[in-house]
Amino acid sequence: MSAHGPAAAALALHRFGFGPVGDSISAIADDPVGAVLADLDRPGAGQIASILPSSAESARQVSDFQAEQQAQHKLEQRAKQEADAKATATMADARMSMAGASANTSDAAVTAAQPTPFLKPPNQPPLPQQLLLSEAKVRFDAAATSDIGFVERLVWFWSNHFCISADKIVGMAGPYEREAIRPHVLGRFAELLSAVESHPAMLFYLDNVESMGPNSVAGINRDRGLNENLARETLELHTLGVRSGYTQTDVTNFAKVLTGWSWIPPFEPDHGGEFAFVKRLHEPGDQVVMGKRYPDTGVEQGRAVLADLARHPATAQHIAEKLASHFVADDPPPSLVAKLAKTFHDRDGDLKEVAKTLVTADESWTMQRQKLKPPAEWVAGIIRLSGTEAVIPIGRIMNAQATLGAPLWRPPAPNGWPDTEAAWIDGIPHRVDIASEFARRAQGVDPLTLLNSGLGPLASRDTHDTVARAETRAQALALLVMSPEFLRR
Amino acid sequence: MNFHAPSRREILLASGTLFAWAYLPRVAHAENRDPRFLAIILRGALDGLATVAPVGDPDWVALRGDNALTPSSKVPPLKLNDFFALNPAMPNLHTMFQANEAIVVHACATPYRERSHFDGQDLLESGLPKVAPSDSGWLNRALATLAPGGRVDPKDSRIFAVGPVTPLIARGSAPILSWAPQQVMPASEDTMARLLDLYRHSDAKFAAVLDDNSRLTAIEHGGDMAHGAAKRPGPARVRAYFSEAAGNAAKFLAQPDGPRVGALALDGWDTHVNEGIASGRLSQLLGSLDDALAAVKSNMGPAWDDTVVVLATEFGRTAHINGTDGTDHGTATVSLLVGGALKGGRVIADWPGLKTADLYQKRDLKPTTDLRAVIKGVLKDHLRADERALAQNVFPGSDAVKPMAGLVA
Repeated sequence: MSAHGPAAAALALHRFGFGPVGDSISAIADDPVGAVLADLDRPGAGQIASILPSSAESARQVSDFQAEQQAQHKLEQRAKQEADAKATATMADARMSMAGASANTSDAAVTAAQPTPFLKPPNQPPLPQQLLLSEAKVRFDAAATSDIGFVERLVWFWSNHFCISADKIVGMAGPYEREAIRPHVLGRFAELLSAVESHPAMLFYLDNVESMGPNSVAGINRDRGLNENLARETLELHTLGVRSGYTQTDVTNFAKVLTGWSWIPPFEPDHGGEFAFVKRLHEPGDQVVMGKRYPDTGVEQGRAVLADLARHPATAQHIAEKLASHFVADDPPPSLVAKLAKTFHDRDGDLKEVAKTLVTADESWTMQRQKLKPPAEWVAGIIRLSGTEAVIPIGRIMNAQATLGAPLWRPPAPNGWPDTEAAWIDGIPHRVDIASEFARRAQGVDPLTLLNSGLGPLASRDTHDTVARAETRAQALALLVMSPEFLRR
Repeated sequence: MNFHAPSRREILLASGTLFAWAYLPRVAHAENRDPRFLAIILRGALDGLATVAPVGDPDWVALRGDNALTPSSKVPPLKLNDFFALNPAMPNLHTMFQANEAIVVHACATPYRERSHFDGQDLLESGLPKVAPSDSGWLNRALATLAPGGRVDPKDSRIFAVGPVTPLIARGSAPILSWAPQQVMPASEDTMARLLDLYRHSDAKFAAVLDDNSRLTAIEHGGDMAHGAAKRPGPARVRAYFSEAAGNAAKFLAQPDGPRVGALALDGWDTHVNEGIASGRLSQLLGSLDDALAAVKSNMGPAWDDTVVVLATEFGRTAHINGTDGTDHGTATVSLLVGGALKGGRVIADWPGLKTADLYQKRDLKPTTDLRAVIKGVLKDHLRADERALAQNVFPGSDAVKPMAGLVA
């Protein structure tokens, strides 16, 4: 691959990373391909040092919090009932005493009946929100402060591909990404898939914790049965892709295979929130999925199906299309997709090799920049370029993402956020507001220096003049990050 | 004790930036005065000739044609004296002028002679004689010179709340008390217009989306009234916002134990296209500014008599109207002073004339008064700043620029 020079460097930083910062364009101009590849070889790539609680610990904290809240609510209701009863009695007293003596009312009893607050101190966000903010901060800082950010971009890609929603399981949203996604983004797809589908967050999100075989012990005793959600989405979204040849029978049988993949309920004090294979939920017997018979080996039955799905040619094609579409173009060149699928297949789903193929393919270096950066990536690029990660609180950043229609870890459905221009272009007017707000907070920046840092030779004459002629530095920065060259990659 | 902390911390529902120091000038205090000082930076380069028109200049009408405010204009400007008249959008300022509470300094400029907003604003706020990086602004350094022994005692420095951005004019070693906007102003119409222009040249899809959006917004508002956070700040909203920002500054300065010096910045003066001098964009902006000045006076209460407000912009605009009914970046402009402590009712101008040969580089109103002289005059006579410190620390290298005398009563 021969792409080099400042334009290719700027392209690389936008397309594969979170955008340029400082003198990063000139720093990698000699060998942009090598620089992006080197990001894959950094020790600890994809990992973030964190003292944040594990998903299980976090789920237990949230469970305790919710239980306490419920108790608090109940106490308040009781107090209200007592106060109401008191008021009724007082009114009766008052009526009786209207003839002579004054009513002997006292608020003392009501006051004493006030519930004892044993929850959070005032003026702090509730615990689930605190956990979410801490997780978001660590994640966002990793993006904003990365060298290039290619591996972080891969983390974001896979996190969206295997999305869960904080709306359903708030305590695990951040930990899930750290535990199931990050360790495997440069590993084998089979390992990533296994980690994801066996993670309690995914099992809860896609309703597998309640699924039971009709012929399992629990199923017989409770007259209940399968929930196909996880099995279907694993086939349709996570591996083979929709309309790739699997049948309803495959879905049902795969759901049977996955019965018993569950968790320990979070209210359990020691291991609540951890994965558990619950044998009494598991459908006994062999199952046929995609034409192959899987003997009943308990939890291993599911792992065996996942291992085969990971290696299925349809999975290679599906993943290749999504990667090429995310990084290069909404409608990526078929030749690029073919290269990625070939590497995926030939290298047994080695995601680092797939990433290398992406970076070294000629098609990935087209100077036509058609992709509209999705909201969160664009926001990260602004913060990074303007060096404002310390002055813009993470809560504000999350609000911005929500305003743009992409609240962090809250996709509306298991297929995650869309990845096309059509999905996001209507949010452009909102982006102007956010750009203006963030730009006002950027202190002492020189817009033309940032123009050079952020776009280098990609900046058109029009964009240069628009930025240079802005009324204020803040307006100049807002216009810079709203330029087509900064919005697209 | 010379430091007085404000009694409470408040958040202004205002944009931009307002800040102040919890500091009472000692000398003034000894004289049993309690002076207030507010600096308002008008970012974007205010058209001085459209704000205060030289209606008595024989070349005036020829210079600006239909855009020249004259006594025979449909809405005539407000007479200041036989030579100058005020934009009709500013009746409150006119009333202050008539009550000797306002001074107009015309053909006035900082030492900056280029035409970049960013550099011009930096120089206006830093107080340096030429463009150079600076960590501090002249207002902060002025405060520092007023402190006991000429230095601020760090033990008494009380930084209450630093907003998202403290403007350069306020930055420095003197203790800062600042308020940050809590609500977010959406991007201005001006920003939208600039982007739309860029997109029309570079990205048709983005242009179409912005176009649609502004059409929708217009329908939604049925005019220019803006409600709600996501709406474009139309004139009504800008008006409310100017008044709130400046008015709240005055509330703080008026408190007995509040700060005594403050500053804020109001944007939007870069009128390249369809300037709207008599009715339109500039007229609306000047009207908003006029309301803001009225709010300052009203909220100052009795402290108005001890108040001086200085309004300054980074540079002026071209003397001629350009090809798009606007004006481009120029040089000299007006500086406005208001406050009950002034010896007002005057237009101060060493008028350079408007013939082509009189114009700076044959295009701009020629600067004949150094803005630093005006500010130094106020700082010296109102806050009792030391003249040597003003020449060395506050406006370095300004020995030759003497403080203008007699501005304060």
